[in-house]
Amino acid sequence: MLIKTYKQIPSNEITDPAVFRQRRTLLKAMAALAIGAAGSDTVAARSRTWPDLQTGNPPVPDLQPTPAELVGNYTNYYEFAFNKEDATRLAQRLRIDAWSVTIGGEVENPASYHLEDLLQRCPLREYLYRFRCVEGWSMVVPWVGFALSDLLKLAQPLASAKFVKFTSASQPEAMPRLWQQAMLAWPYQEGLRIDEAGHPLTILAVGAYGETLPKQNGAPLRLVVPWKYGFKSAKAIVAIELCRQPPLTSWNRYAPDEYGFYANVNPAVPHPRWSQASERPLGSDFFTPRRPTELFNGYGEQVAGLYSGMNLRHFF
Amino acid sequence: MDALTSRLWPITIAFCVAPLLWLLLDIGLNRLGSNPIQAMHIYLGDWSLRFLCITLAITPLQTMTQWRGMTDYRQLFGLTAFFYATLHLLGYLSADHAWVWPIIGLDLWQSSYLWFGLLAYLILLLLAVTSPKAAKKRLGKTWKKLHRYIYLAAAAAILHYFWQLKGNLAEPLFYLLVLGMLLGFRGLVWLKNRRFGLTAPSKPHAADPDRAD
Repeated sequence: MLIKTYKQIPSNEITDPAVFRQRRTLLKAMAALAIGAAGSDTVAARSRTWPDLQTGNPPVPDLQPTPAELVGNYTNYYEFAFNKEDATRLAQRLRIDAWSVTIGGEVENPASYHLEDLLQRCPLREYLYRFRCVEGWSMVVPWVGFALSDLLKLAQPLASAKFVKFTSASQPEAMPRLWQQAMLAWPYQEGLRIDEAGHPLTILAVGAYGETLPKQNGAPLRLVVPWKYGFKSAKAIVAIELCRQPPLTSWNRYAPDEYGFYANVNPAVPHPRWSQASERPLGSDFFTPRRPTELFNGYGEQVAGLYSGMNLRHFF
Repeated sequence: MDALTSRLWPITIAFCVAPLLWLLLDIGLNRLGSNPIQAMHIYLGDWSLRFLCITLAITPLQTMTQWRGMTDYRQLFGLTAFFYATLHLLGYLSADHAWVWPIIGLDLWQSSYLWFGLLAYLILLLLAVTSPKAAKKRLGKTWKKLHRYIYLAAAAAILHYFWQLKGNLAEPLFYLLVLGMLLGFRGLVWLKNRRFGLTAPSKPHAADPDRAD
């Protein structure tokens, strides 16, 4: 049972006071959220699976998490359906018990890890990140996860490894769009350059809001790359492969002129059919202006160096 | 017959207003989901397109049934389509963008799907303005030519819908199919009139699809 092993993870005893206060505000916000969600007793009754996690980098004090039920009800999961309501409903069919992840390709230690074992070896933290969808909406999610670099260290990439390919679960019996072979080339694949993958902001998430991930949000293990559009953050990952060449990725393959390999959030580079200059944060009210989108989704200070000297209009 | 048509008015008006009341209920009860503003956009756009299709369906219906009592309803449905298109546009400007013109301007410039929506709206606006009987009289034959632009408006509206999706095109394709059928019907009538129009001068109105009086 997954949950038991999660609880064995010790809380960090030497939490920095600033981090601790930040976590308090997060908890407070979430308590308010639980009260606000009157009628939804599932939210109020849930206890946190991970009560005392240290906060990951970087601290962003002004971020307020989007209410959890908005995040859980608004997700693209094209394996199941092209619209968000059906995807959320149908994703519950995904089987996530006894999950394992293989890591191979250009590595010293190719291996297959049971998720439980992986969580013993990679310390979990809470990462409060902005999340920006290519469709023009955004949210703020307190993910629970570990740095992808921790996993890469276990695998020990060879010098020849230049890219990382992620493959999502393929369960055709549960995923209608897979057996219909609809739209994208399945299974869903995404990729990063190795330095992007090793960046401390890049995480593999197993939870959100202190809980295990809802299936529609990518349970049991998903990628989160907060400075890129959401489609880079593959859900339900089963395989990670280190490659010499840039991997073909699902959306890039489907429409390379619309969904670039890099997919960095960039207000100056519109999608060919719509602007990316602004976004609608979920949970904001009617008659509230859209939020201006930030370069690298606001994480420029941390990640701009990865792209120095690159023309981001070409490598979009 | 006229008694029947006039009795249908209250029902028809209720039908035209019902989607708006339903939307207000949805907003009041917070039933629009995680992104209510977008849900409202889609809802209002959908109903504008639906009323546009209903408007376009009236003439084929008249031609088939030879019953011309529906002409007044065609005007009502057309104006209803314009009404929902106006709410759709106002929702975009106010609820979504809070009248922040620099962002709206940039959005218009960069989002090509908005251009088709704007084209459709400007046509509907023109048709709505020239919809009263007085305008129809003054415009004479030009009126009919002008109001044929409704096809262009419908096509632009469907493109506007089509063009913003990531690839899941089932819904706009449905409207495209409906529009195609309605246009196809007119094409057939036009062909028939061209072939037989001169030999049957005694029944000139029977199959004229765009009689507007």
